[in-house]
Amino acid sequence: MRPLIATRALEEHRAKPLIVTDADFGSGNGGSSQPKSKFRLRGLGQLRRGAGRGDPTPSRLSYRFQRLMLTPGFRKALRLGTPIFVLSMGLAVFFSSEDRRNAISDYVVEIKTSIQERPEFMVNLMAIDGAGTGLSEDIREVVPLDFPLSSWDMDVEKIRDTIIALDPVKSATVRIRPGGILQVDVVEREPVIVWRTRRGVELLDETGAHVERIAARADFADLPLVAGKGADKHVPEALEILSTSRSLGDRVRGLVRVGERRWDLVLDRGQRIMLPTERPARALERVLAVNEVQDLLERDVTVVDMRLGQRPTIRMNKAASEEWWNTKVTVNGGQ
Amino acid sequence: MMTDLYQSQRAMRQMRRQAIQRGVVAILDVGSSKIACLVLRFDGAGRLSEDNSIGSMAGQTGFRVIGAATTRSRGVQFGEITAMQETERAIRTALQAAQKMADIRVDHVIACFSGANPRSYGLDAQVDLEGQLVTEAEVGRVLNACDVPDYGTGREVLHAQPVNFALDNRSGLIDPRGQQGQSLAVDMHMLTVDSAAIQNILRCIKRCDLELAGVANSAYVSGISALVEDEQELGAACIDMGGGTTSVSIFIKKHMIYADSVKMGGDHVTSDISMGLGIPAAVAERIKTFNGGVHATGADDRDLIDIGGDTGDWEHDRRTVSRAELIGIMRPRVEEILEEVRTCLDAAGFDHLPSQQIVLTGGGSQIMGLDGLATRILGQRVRLGRPLRVHGLPQSATGPAFSSAVGLSLFAAHPQDEWWDFEIPVDTYATRPFKRAVRWFRDNW
Repeated sequence: MRPLIATRALEEHRAKPLIVTDADFGSGNGGSSQPKSKFRLRGLGQLRRGAGRGDPTPSRLSYRFQRLMLTPGFRKALRLGTPIFVLSMGLAVFFSSEDRRNAISDYVVEIKTSIQERPEFMVNLMAIDGAGTGLSEDIREVVPLDFPLSSWDMDVEKIRDTIIALDPVKSATVRIRPGGILQVDVVEREPVIVWRTRRGVELLDETGAHVERIAARADFADLPLVAGKGADKHVPEALEILSTSRSLGDRVRGLVRVGERRWDLVLDRGQRIMLPTERPARALERVLAVNEVQDLLERDVTVVDMRLGQRPTIRMNKAASEEWWNTKVTVNGGQ
Repeated sequence: MMTDLYQSQRAMRQMRRQAIQRGVVAILDVGSSKIACLVLRFDGAGRLSEDNSIGSMAGQTGFRVIGAATTRSRGVQFGEITAMQETERAIRTALQAAQKMADIRVDHVIACFSGANPRSYGLDAQVDLEGQLVTEAEVGRVLNACDVPDYGTGREVLHAQPVNFALDNRSGLIDPRGQQGQSLAVDMHMLTVDSAAIQNILRCIKRCDLELAGVANSAYVSGISALVEDEQELGAACIDMGGGTTSVSIFIKKHMIYADSVKMGGDHVTSDISMGLGIPAAVAERIKTFNGGVHATGADDRDLIDIGGDTGDWEHDRRTVSRAELIGIMRPRVEEILEEVRTCLDAAGFDHLPSQQIVLTGGGSQIMGLDGLATRILGQRVRLGRPLRVHGLPQSATGPAFSSAVGLSLFAAHPQDEWWDFEIPVDTYATRPFKRAVRWFRDNW
């Protein structure tokens, strides 16, 4: 037997529409122009607010509210302001609790650490190229890194600056090589000159920068010697003078800076060539030219004074002077 | 007192200018049977053309109707407010619906009403020009020189429009400014109404949080919209048959020269039917609208109308009435209204006008066969008028019942020059120099 299921909608038997006014056509209150059903058939509808009123008038409040909502500025403010207000209120409520604030900051720190400590970012050792053993140790000493270390925690610039601040280092590059190696490439300063001061003996490079303090001059016998206050500031000039004086061979003892102003070239046998402030190498060349022809420096000369270019002067030693005087006396007596 | 009116009308004019600058203004036709509200948006364009003619778009290109609503009027009788609360609620209803349709807030309202016992006066004045040239100040001076009759206390001037200017011997000038002459004369039409009616409307609108930007008489504004241009130019009467009043206005040379109202309208026809047949007013209104007429024919005897009832008595609820009976009730009342209108027109001297055109408009003019009846009573040249077409007006608001609402829109867009649009000549103020200084300050800053 077929179950009894409704196969079509219930037919509604409407009452014949009653004659009502349509004087208020177009006013939008379509509800009131509908035929009113019998009292008992209206059911719960009559309990609804304003059901029996038949008055389409908006209440004063709703009228004002609608006018407010139709104000363009107010609508814009509402559209923007409400979400912003709700959002900021929500955030403020959420963050008002200390626990939640801490939880969030902890969470952030945790994620940050977990990323930073991935093996891809870890640096395990430091490789130093181009430095001697002593310098390498010095570098390891001034850059105290506790490997393994994340590359996020390393300030490579600062490490490089620290290394360059070391005296024997001329330049350095620091980079992190794939494979977790901190690669330090160092170019050392070459000592070219020995500088003797009252405080000791130092090595200088060709720019006059300090390289190292040494115990004895004899350890670097092959390097020329300079002395005097302020000599390190004029190392290029000193080197030029020394290369000019190469023809003198091992007679050269060294250069002395006099009065932080000019050079004296000191030879053995107590001889000394006083060079001018301006263009000292040129003056030395003149002396060497005279020496070439007249063997000036082989004679009993103590000082060759080139300080005034127009009036080169030589000073003989005491024995030679006396002998010269005797020669003159003899010549006068002989006559 | 004159100065007070001058100031308040000027303030309203100023308000209207502000509203148009803001771009949105509401039009409110406070009638006895319905309250219609239109929301206009002004686009700024659409001035009249160079030669001051109306042009192909009938001079209403400057605005667009963006919201329209009507509601049943309550608390208005004979075009006057009798119950403030009810009227305020009805205005609120109409305005809210119109605002909702326009989707914009409206702050300024221009209202019109038909009642309040309008009375027309013709004024004239003549002054000798100080210079040879007619300037704006001279026009103001001649307007101010008009001899105002005593129109009684408790009444106020609603319109005061210069209708005609005459310069020396030349009459019929519309705008004498800039012309040469010796003496300037003006004819002015002044319309006064009961000031209580204006105060009531003002208060109702204030209570709806709105500003009143202008008031007009509905006879005048329905004439603007229902008469076509040549009718306004050559002379015509517009008869606006409303619910509670039938208002009459006479136009010539595009100016209203007379307005009056008859305190009878469509509602009286309805109440006659209601009383004669013993049925509710709502049913009577429906029967009048669908089956009414003023000419009975033989077929109407057989045309039975079901008038119903809700008593539960079978006999009573199955009553019918023949259409001939209905017409027999309606016709005497309509005739009475038209007779009253005839009296008004005669009092105004309408039969001396060159053109005898009569235009019937308003909701009451939709009675079938009315034009035939009106021809017998008012004269041969009668036609039914519908309001001008304006941009954006919904189809439901294009009927003759809306001619005053549409006319008010046209009035709002292009108001005629009124007396208070011209400056009062300075010598009126001469006694109070300090007040004058204050006024100058207020006007200019």
